[in-house]
Amino acid sequence: MKLELRGITKRFGSLVANDDIDLTIEPGEIHCLLGENGAGKSTLMNVLYGLYQAEEGEVLLDDVVQRFAGPGDAMRAGIGMVHQHFMLIPVFSVAENVMLGHEETGFGGRLNLDAARAKVREISARFGFHVDPDALVGDLPVGVQQRVEIIKALSRDAKVLVFDEPTAVLTPQETDELMTIMRQLKSEGTSIVFITHKLREVREVADRITVIRLGKVVGEASPTASNSELAALMVGRSVELTVQKEPAQPGPAGLIVRNLDVIDHLGLKVVNNVSFDVRAGEILAIAGVQGNGQTELTEAILGLQPRVTGEISLNGTSLTGLSVRKILNAGVGFVPEDRTEDGLVGQFTIAENLMLDRSDRPPFVKNGNLQLGFLAEFAQEKKDEFDIRCESIYSRAGQLSGGNQQKVVLARELSRDLKLFVASQPTRGIDVGSIEFVHKRMVATRDAGIPVVVVSTELDEVVALADRIAVMYRGSIVGIVPGNTPRDVLGLMMAGEVPSGVAA
Amino acid sequence: MTTTTAPESISASLESATIKSWKAPIAYAIFTLIAILLFVVNGRDGVSRFRLSNEADVIQLAPIDNPTRLTCILLVVLLIAITVYATWLSSRAKRVPLWLTILFAVAFMWAFLTWAAAGETIPITGLLLGTVALSAPLIFGSLGGVISERVGVVNVAIEGQLLAGAFLSAFVASVTGNPWAGLVAAMVAGVLVSFMLAVFSIRYIVDQVIVGVVLNVLVAGLTSFLYSTVLTSNTPLFNSPPRFPRISIPILSEIPILGPVLFRQTVIIYIMYIAVFVVWWGLFRTKWGLRLRAVGEHPQAADTVGIRVNPTRFWNVAIAGAIAGFGGAYFTLGSVGGFTKEMTAGAGFIALAAVIFGRWDPIRATLAALLFGFATNLQNVLGAIGSGVPSEFLLMLPYVVTIFAVAGLVGYVRGPAASGKPYIKA
Repeated sequence: MKLELRGITKRFGSLVANDDIDLTIEPGEIHCLLGENGAGKSTLMNVLYGLYQAEEGEVLLDDVVQRFAGPGDAMRAGIGMVHQHFMLIPVFSVAENVMLGHEETGFGGRLNLDAARAKVREISARFGFHVDPDALVGDLPVGVQQRVEIIKALSRDAKVLVFDEPTAVLTPQETDELMTIMRQLKSEGTSIVFITHKLREVREVADRITVIRLGKVVGEASPTASNSELAALMVGRSVELTVQKEPAQPGPAGLIVRNLDVIDHLGLKVVNNVSFDVRAGEILAIAGVQGNGQTELTEAILGLQPRVTGEISLNGTSLTGLSVRKILNAGVGFVPEDRTEDGLVGQFTIAENLMLDRSDRPPFVKNGNLQLGFLAEFAQEKKDEFDIRCESIYSRAGQLSGGNQQKVVLARELSRDLKLFVASQPTRGIDVGSIEFVHKRMVATRDAGIPVVVVSTELDEVVALADRIAVMYRGSIVGIVPGNTPRDVLGLMMAGEVPSGVAA
Repeated sequence: MTTTTAPESISASLESATIKSWKAPIAYAIFTLIAILLFVVNGRDGVSRFRLSNEADVIQLAPIDNPTRLTCILLVVLLIAITVYATWLSSRAKRVPLWLTILFAVAFMWAFLTWAAAGETIPITGLLLGTVALSAPLIFGSLGGVISERVGVVNVAIEGQLLAGAFLSAFVASVTGNPWAGLVAAMVAGVLVSFMLAVFSIRYIVDQVIVGVVLNVLVAGLTSFLYSTVLTSNTPLFNSPPRFPRISIPILSEIPILGPVLFRQTVIIYIMYIAVFVVWWGLFRTKWGLRLRAVGEHPQAADTVGIRVNPTRFWNVAIAGAIAGFGGAYFTLGSVGGFTKEMTAGAGFIALAAVIFGRWDPIRATLAALLFGFATNLQNVLGAIGSGVPSEFLLMLPYVVTIFAVAGLVGYVRGPAASGKPYIKA
């Protein structure tokens, strides 16, 4: 089926998310939509899927103009979508999720679950998925959940399939498998729109590439284009894809973690017997697919987790069991993985956010009074130093772009006297310019002789920054390997396999 | 290094740690202590008689005579044994099974009844019969609550729906002289209250709890006003609804104990049995229930498969109101036989507690409602036989038992994920 978008314009208030976008997807092709976070790719696809109504423009399928009042219409027309945040109900079984919205029923509206199970099995067999129709979706690993999303779309005979950032949650191996599935779908005549910001994947699988920047189509590229060409097109200027750094000059071990267990509220060991050292002046990257205990590990170091056993020490002093306040005072800087949830108070000004974790002592507070004059000076200085783009230091932090929000968090943490720096997903969802900046600051922190821990699910970032890499899987560290370890080895480790020659 | 073999693989599921939970043994110990103090230290002498049959029953069961002091001591020994066993289980990091708690509760209740009825007779069938009857509005209310919360709208207005149902059913049944018309009117009244809840919470995105509370106050005020101005102006015409008679179902009603309890009731109770089953079956076995639960769990996911979230919420909140309103008719057509000011007396809030105690499941919520109904009726029966227990204590005890039961039994409770959250599309 041929899909055509003509002159799509979508506004949110004064923000133009899509500006007069034209796009044609030929039958049986894999068409990549490449663009930075916030460029308007997902908005465009939500317009196509009927979730948003565009202000201007039209959608055509096989040259017939379509009117989609909602996703139901889009699905009936043959458009399927694999969402970035899976649209699955965790407490339902696979079969129930697949049948939802087009249920087969018997007497009195009774669900025909057998038919749904058969459908799941039939599609699973076609693509070599191993999906149990009766498993609860919430119990499945994310890679399998994504397959359920694909099965769901295919069970409605989708002719055009949209994949919205599908690889963000996958291991490299799962990504390869997904590419194979896409090619198989293509050979069956399905048209595929593949949305991503990862250059490597685009070049591997795309037939054609359309690049979107700031809501506009800025050009087409062929899959033979080089990484730097694609990146320049995506960002609008030439960018450094590699992080410039000197070899590390590691000193003595700063952070020592021994036999750390973190137990969640259900009694599961989300961090299981983890031990590692981070030396002064080196970056230890913790790699792994989202949800393998990295979050809980960093929170345990900060004292944010309630059920922790094991030993954590920094420069010889034990941090185990201390309050968050005392751990911060010991010189631990922390960038949480969700800046809007844990990193900032969106309703506070930039200046207020910059003093958030030092509100108990001079120079920001004297005798219980905020030192606003000092704060203004300090905030102005940090705004310039960290290149925070904002109207003034009294703008609300929630109004900033992701990249600038992250700079505020970074400025706050790095302006303290640090003995350890822990950053969780420091570049998630921010623009390439800001990523460059964040990476440079992290390397500078390392070069100042501070042990740095970076948690990242992006293999590119891990490889770019790390002096050593610890790979986590299901709460355990699979192995700690040098920073120059090949990606395919890291990929296997992220799936829980211990390659020979690696000390676990 | 690049040649990788995979000799070792880490298990795909997380290891679980053993967490010792002392909640159950501590709760048992507290109750055992209360039992020792009341039933043994402050024990009574005499014989407590439990009557199991009425004179009219075809099959007569002999009454049970419990020598008060001996029975109490034996039961307290049993309670101590259960507590010790639970402590042993917990120290070995094992779960305390549900049957043990039920056994404990039954033993405690038996001891309490024996102690309270020293020298008296307790009609067991009467106690249970009243339990079922008094639970009726709670059960209907909690079914309404379950449906509403499962679809994503917190229903604090159950009290208002019950009260509106009670009022309108009394009025309509009196004027028409037909109790069936009263039942229909009760449902209409519940739906009207639901419409207001739905419009404000779904269309105008007002906080659902606040709308619910305001509706309760509104209905209480409105019915009180209309009661004093209209109903009392001509009571025989406006507030003398015909009551449904008790119907004995042949054969079934002659089963010892259970027969009189379950099958000598009014038609409202028989409809209740059907309603509980239909709501349970509908929620978990039909397309209606699947969509309803999807909307309450993850409205966006429901939207992306073409389910219209807000209309689904609107109409199911209306259905919930109809069921809760129906329960309100029990007060006027099933028991009292006339409307009085604020006659629901907080039953809606107890139904709300039953929804949560029952973990948003119609069957469990019904059992929870029965427990609350038992509590209420126990107080009536003990008051009637004139046992020496202070009435304030009787009022309090069942609820204390319930609080401990909730704390000890209901662990990690998870409601519908999107309950209380309005769905706003961009």
